Amino acid sequence: MDVEILSRIQFAFTVSFHYIYPPLSIGLGVILVAMEGAYLKTGDKIYEKMTRFWIKIFALIFGIGVATGIVMEFEFGTNWATYSRYVGDIFGSALAAEGIFAFALESGFLGLLIFGWNKVSPKVHFFATIMVALGSMFSAIWIVVANSWQQTPAGYHIVGEGMKARAEITDFWAMVFNPSSVDRLSHVIIGAFLAGSFLVLSVHAYYLLKNRHVELSQKAFKIALVVASISGLLQLFTGHHSANGVAINQPAKLAAFEGHYDSLKAADMYLVGYVNQKEQTVTGVKISGGLSFLIHNNFTTPVKGLNAFAENNRPKQVNAVFQTYHLMVAIGVTLIGLTLFAMFLWWRGKLFSYKWLLTIFSFSVVLPQLANQLGWFSAEMGRQPWVVYGLLRTSDALSKSVKANQVMFSLFLFTFIYATLFALFIYLLNKKIQHGFEEHEAIPEHSKRNNPLLN
Amino acid sequence: MQTLLGIDYPTLWFLVVGAVFTGYAILDGFDLGSGALHLFFKKEESRRIALNAIGPVWDGNEVWLVIGGGALFAGFPEVYATIFSAFYIPFMLFLTVLIFRAIAIEFRSKEPMLWWRKMWDIIYSLSSILIAVLLGVVLGNVMQGIPIDKDFEYQGGFFNLLNPYSIITGITTLALFMMHGATYLIMKTENRLHTKLKILAKNTSRFFVISYVTLTMATLIYLPQTADKFRSYPALFLVPLFTILTIINTRRLLEKGVYFKAFLSSALTSALLLITVTINLYPNIVISTIDPAFNITVYNGASSQKSLGIMLTIAAIGVPLVAAYTTFVFWTFRGKVKMDDTSY
Ligand code: HDD
Ligand code: HEM
Ligand code: HEM
Repeated sequence: MDVEILSRIQFAFTVSFHYIYPPLSIGLGVILVAMEGAYLKTGDKIYEKMTRFWIKIFALIFGIGVATGIVMEFEFGTNWATYSRYVGDIFGSALAAEGIFAFALESGFLGLLIFGWNKVSPKVHFFATIMVALGSMFSAIWIVVANSWQQTPAGYHIVGEGMKARAEITDFWAMVFNPSSVDRLSHVIIGAFLAGSFLVLSVHAYYLLKNRHVELSQKAFKIALVVASISGLLQLFTGHHSANGVAINQPAKLAAFEGHYDSLKAADMYLVGYVNQKEQTVTGVKISGGLSFLIHNNFTTPVKGLNAFAENNRPKQVNAVFQTYHLMVAIGVTLIGLTLFAMFLWWRGKLFSYKWLLTIFSFSVVLPQLANQLGWFSAEMGRQPWVVYGLLRTSDALSKSVKANQVMFSLFLFTFIYATLFALFIYLLNKKIQHGFEEHEAIPEHSKRNNPLLN
Repeated sequence: MQTLLGIDYPTLWFLVVGAVFTGYAILDGFDLGSGALHLFFKKEESRRIALNAIGPVWDGNEVWLVIGGGALFAGFPEVYATIFSAFYIPFMLFLTVLIFRAIAIEFRSKEPMLWWRKMWDIIYSLSSILIAVLLGVVLGNVMQGIPIDKDFEYQGGFFNLLNPYSIITGITTLALFMMHGATYLIMKTENRLHTKLKILAKNTSRFFVISYVTLTMATLIYLPQTADKFRSYPALFLVPLFTILTIINTRRLLEKGVYFKAFLSSALTSALLLITVTINLYPNIVISTIDPAFNITVYNGASSQKSLGIMLTIAAIGVPLVAAYTTFVFWTFRGKVKMDDTSY
C-alpha cells in the first residue's frame, strides 16, 4: 500500500477514535451544569450525588479525549506536511486560538471539578463546571471552523505557484464565518448534546431496569430526556440547513449523498437504497423528485449530477457516501421518534412504566455515537478528492519525507494502543456503573412496592 | 515590515513560541520529573502522595505542549511541517508514551491489586523518563541542524537523529526535569517522604550539573559556531553563568527550607537553558546541514504579516486569561498534599 492510502487510513482511524470522546464530554458538560444547577437551586443532596457520579465518568472520558486529541494535532505535521505548509497561515490561527481559549480553560478548571469538592465553595465549584462545559464547546468551535474552511474556503488568497503555493489569510472574519461554519458547528455541537444526553439516559435506564438508585435515576433520566428531546429536533433542523448549504457550495458532494448522476434529471430522495457505481443507478425506496424539492421547492427542476464533474474532481466512493449519509439521517429520525414518545409518556405519567422502553433506552447510547461517526464520514468522503475543496488534492497533501513503512509502523502502533485504551475504557466505565452511587450518604433505596416498574 | 515595540512580527512570534515552550518545560517539567522519580518511592502511601501532588495540575500543564504545537503551526507552518515529518518515528513514540503516561495516572488507583498498581507505576515512571529524553533528543537535533533540502524536505533517516550530541541533550533534559520534580515534591510533602526527597534533590542536582557540563563541552566540540556567537557578544556568557548560579541558589534555598522560592529558582534554571537555545538559533529555527541557504529562518518560515498580527492579538487577549486562572488553580491546591475521597 502506498503512503497516501496508509495515511488516510491512519487519519480516519485516529480521528474517528478521538471523536468517540469529545461529543460525550461536550454533551455531558451541559448535563453536569444542569444537574449541579439543580443542586444549588434546590439544595437536594440527590442532585449532588448525581453530579459527583457523572463528574467521575466525565473525567475518565475527558482524559482519553485529551490523550487522543494530541495525536490529532501532531498528525497534521507528521503525515500531512504539504497540507500544513499550504494551510498553516489560515488554519494555524484557529488552532492556536483553540489552544489558548478552549483547552487551557477546560484543563485548568477540570482539576477543580474533580479534586475541588472539599477545597472551594459550592458556587465556585459550579463556576468551574460551567467553565469546563464552555471550554469543551469552544474547542469544538475552532476545530470545526478550520474544518469548514477546508470544505468551503473563504477570506484567503493564493500566494506563490506550483510546489510553493500557499493560502494566505486576507480576512479573518470571512475565514471564521465561511459559508459552512455556522451550519456545521451547530450540527456538531447538537450532535454532541445528543451523544452526552443519551449516555446519561442509557445508564439510568439500566439502573431503573435493575431496580437500583430508583429515585435518583428517575430524576437524572428526566434531565437528560429534556436535553435529548430538544436536541433531536434541533438536529433535524441544523442538518437540513447543512444540506441546503452543501447544495450551494459543494454540489458534487450533495449529488453523492443521493447518488444522483444525471444533471438533466430531477433528483430523487431516498429513504434507503443502494448505489450501483458502474451503472450509475440507485435502487431503493424513494420520494421522486424529493431532492429537487428540497433545493428548489419544486419536484421537477433538474439538479446538477455527478457526471457534471470530471472524473478526477468528484468523489469515487459514492455508495459509501450515500450509505453513511442515509444511516445518519435514519438514526436522527429514530432518535426524534424515541425521545418524543418518551416525552409523551412522561406527560401521561407513565414514563417509567414500560420495561421494553427502558431496555431500548439502555442500549440507545450507541445510536448518536454512530450518527456522529457516520456524519463525519459522509462529509469528509464526500469532499474527496480534495483536502481543501477545489484547491488542494488529498494526494498532493502528504509529507514527502515520510515513507510507507513508517506509516505502516505507526498504524500498527496506534491500532494496538487504541485497542488497549478502548478495552480499559470500557472496563472502567462498566466498573463505575456497576459500582453505582456512593450509598453511605443514606438515601433510602426505594422499597419494591414503590417501584413503578413492578406494579 | 510591521513592528511592535521595535520588534518585527516574526521575531515577536518566535519569542511567543519560545515562551510557551519554556512554560511547558517549567510546568510539565516538574510533573514529568516527579514521574521519573516515582519508582524511588517504595511505599504505596508515598507513591499515592506523589501522584496526588501533581493530580489536579498535570493535565493543565500538558496543555502548554498543545498550545506550543498550535503556536508553532500557526506562526511557522514550514517549521512545524518540516520538523514533525522529519521526526516521524520519534514523534510517534513520543505520542505513544504520552498516551500511556496519561492512562497510567488515570488508571493506577482504580484497582487495589498489587500487580495492577505496580504495572501502572512502572509504565508511569518509564513513560515520564522517555518523554523527557525524547524531547531532549529533538531539541539536540534542532540545535545541531538536520539535512533538509531547498524545499525544506528532510533527507535523512531515523538513525541520523540518534547521534551522540542529541543523546546528551536527552539525558540533560531528563536530569533537569528530575531536579525540578524533586524540588516540587519537597514543597508538597511531609515527614519521611519529605526527608527522602531532600536526598533525592541533592542527587538529582548533582546528576544535572554533571550532564550540563558535559553538554556544554559537547556543544563546543560539535557546534563550534555557537562559540563564535558567544565570542562576538561576550555579554551572552552571563546566561550560562546565571544558570549555574540558579542551581546553587536552589540548593541554598532548599537547605534554608523556603521551598516555594526554591521551586521558582529551579524554574528559572529551565527558563535560562531555553533562552540559551533561543539565542543560539535566532534568526534560524531549523538549520540545514546540507546548505545554510536552505535554513528555515523566522522570516522565510513564518506566516504572513496579517496572520501573525491576528495571532498576536489572540495571544494578547488569551495569555493573561490563562495566566489568571492557572494561578487561581495552583493557589487553590497550594500547600501540602492531603488525601481525601476525591484523590487518586
Ligand atoms: C480541521 C480539520 C479536520 C477535522 C475537524 C476533521 N477532519 Fe476529517 N480529515 C481532515 C481534516 C479534518 C483532513 C486533514 O483534511 C483529511 C485527511 C486526508 C483528507 O483527505 O482529509 C481528513 C480525512 C478524513 C477521513 C478520510 C476520508 C477519506 O480519506 O476518504 C475521515 C473518515 C475523516 N476525516 C473523518 C473525520 C472525523 C470522524 C472527524 C471528527 C472529528 C473529522 N474527520 C474531523
Ligand atoms: C482533526 C481534528 C482534531 C484535532 C487536531 C483535535 C485536537 C485536539 C487536541 C490536541 C486535544 C487535546 C487538548 C487538551 O490537551 O486538552 C483535543 C481534545 C478535545 N477535542 Fe479534539 N481535535 C480534533 C477534532 C475534534 C472535533 C471535531 C471536536 C468537536 C466537535 C473536538 C473536540 C475536542 C474536545 C471537547 C476536547 C477535550 C477533550 C475531551 O473533551 O475529550 N475535537 N483535540
Ligand atoms: C436528523 C436528520 C439529519 C440530517 C438531515 C443531517 C444532515 C447532515 C448533512 C447534510 C451533513 C453534511 C454537512 C456538510 O458536509 O457540510 C451532516 C453532517 C454531520 N452530521 Fe448530520 N444530519 C442529521 C442527523 C444527525 C445526527 C442525529 C447526528 C449525531 C448525533 C449527526 C451528526 C453529524 C456530524 C457529526 C456531521 C459531520 C459534521 C458536519 O459536516 O456538519 N447528524 N449532517
